[in-house]
Amino acid sequence: MRSIALVAQAVFKESVRDRVPYSMVAFAVLIIAASYLISQLTAGQDMKILKDLGLAAIAVFGLLIAVFIGINLVSKEVERRSVFAVLAKPLSRSQFILGKYFGLALTLVVNLSVMTLAFYAVLLYVDLTTDALLKAAWPAPALDPRLVIAVVLIVAELMLVTAIALFFSTFSSPLLSALLTLGVWVAGHFNADLRNFEAVLDVRPVALLARAVYYLLPNLAPFNIRAEVVHGVPVPASQVALTLAYAAVYITILLLGAIAVFRRRDFK
Amino acid sequence: MAAIETEDLSKDFLVGFWRPRPYRALDRLTLSVGEGEVFGFLGPNGAGKSTTLKLLMQLLYPTGGTARILGRPVGDRSVKQRTGFLPENPYFYDHLTAEELLSYFARLFGLRGADARRRVSSVLDDVGIGSERRLRLRQYSKGMIQRVGLAQALLNEPDVVFLDEPMSGLDPLGRRHVRQIMLRLRDRGCTVFFSSHILSDAEALCSRVAILAQGRLVASGHLSEILAFELRGWELVVSHLSDEARAAIAPRVRSITALARGRFTIELPAEESPDRFLHELGSRGAQVVSLNPLRETLEDYFVQSVGAAESRQTGL
Repeated sequence: MRSIALVAQAVFKESVRDRVPYSMVAFAVLIIAASYLISQLTAGQDMKILKDLGLAAIAVFGLLIAVFIGINLVSKEVERRSVFAVLAKPLSRSQFILGKYFGLALTLVVNLSVMTLAFYAVLLYVDLTTDALLKAAWPAPALDPRLVIAVVLIVAELMLVTAIALFFSTFSSPLLSALLTLGVWVAGHFNADLRNFEAVLDVRPVALLARAVYYLLPNLAPFNIRAEVVHGVPVPASQVALTLAYAAVYITILLLGAIAVFRRRDFK
Repeated sequence: MAAIETEDLSKDFLVGFWRPRPYRALDRLTLSVGEGEVFGFLGPNGAGKSTTLKLLMQLLYPTGGTARILGRPVGDRSVKQRTGFLPENPYFYDHLTAEELLSYFARLFGLRGADARRRVSSVLDDVGIGSERRLRLRQYSKGMIQRVGLAQALLNEPDVVFLDEPMSGLDPLGRRHVRQIMLRLRDRGCTVFFSSHILSDAEALCSRVAILAQGRLVASGHLSEILAFELRGWELVVSHLSDEARAAIAPRVRSITALARGRFTIELPAEESPDRFLHELGSRGAQVVSLNPLRETLEDYFVQSVGAAESRQTGL
């Protein structure tokens, strides 16, 4: 356990000093701030626009951080051969993989916390400067705590994406890992269509194949509760808990897969 | 007990995209290295040296055969705790400093707090990394990275250390420094297994060597056994050698080569008496600068062994 924590700590230290996530967080904060200006252009919808844009910025830039650092975690180490010296230490390959994963998960949590704080700061500013009469028209209060639930689900989704990136990076190049991960992310958001494929094409083998792909790919749609939160629609706690449990199971399977591949791998 | 033992250790790689076929990078290597030995693992590029080291570090899995370090199977945690490894052309994390990297590795070895800090500082001093230790590794030159690589290999005061081309990227001062470190390791009883292209280093440091060519062991043994140290001739450096004197001695020497500033190198066959020759040169007005015996070097032996292996392979 201590070895995993040591690897995670090194990943975190290395990641926070990399300029790429810094610039992504900075850009996301800029967009969140700019969304205030955009919201001013839309009479009556300003708070919804602000929340929608803010959460979208957190999700998109978080995704970029997860994919681009996640794929580098293992494949770059193998490509640049820094893995040789590390694996010669009293550290198993599975501890190495788990340490890498938790290090990036920690980086993600910190980066997303910074973005969320910036988001709440903008919301607070709007709340303080808006007339009470206008506030009455908002579907939910500006500093709605349910926004945190939306962010928690974004974090869970990104941790799942990181596990996908890590899995691919145990056996493919950084570029291929990035493409595969983004591909799975896109498919994961639209795979409900695969489930009902027979409604589109009435060919049984194709429909069965589509159903199999549906069960194999992660279903990422439930992680997006942004529309409900922005419009003040209640999200049942059981739905959130189930989604988090789904993420935990999927992440565990992916990490076990990544470990299985990595343990057998030859480093030429 | 042998520090390192391999028996019929072999490794095949699959080559080719459409129809992959096995390519044998290492073929039934059987070796034994005693405790406290400095063992040179020599061979041309592509001979299988790095493959062997990676098999011993369990970065590769063997196709056949076995390998043991300190009597235990490779990859065993207790073995890793007592071994150090410097990979060829090492690379570390760009954004960490040398101190942070070594502190991370020291903690993986189980060192903590002040002990870890003391050990990191001492090993960085040993390899000659001074105040630069607080710079990020991306700012380091190749030679400095090589020193950091050596430092991390020595962090746990290993009983066995594996060094893959330890002199690579080092300037002459750096090479001399590494040679001194290796001799200090030997003096404290550490087994040093190192691969190198630089035969003079192997000759100066090793008690035993093994020569690998095309994945096969072509020679191994003590330097005193491998090299007969037989006299092959004499090398003379002279000045003020007139044209007449050159013409007179030419039939009895192997070669005369002009050097700078009117000096010449003369190679005499072993059967020629150097005393008589020196006397004759003196009588012809030449001045002797130096006289050295020519003996077989490790380089000669290496060229012979590898050449013979390559000839067998090509059937010539």
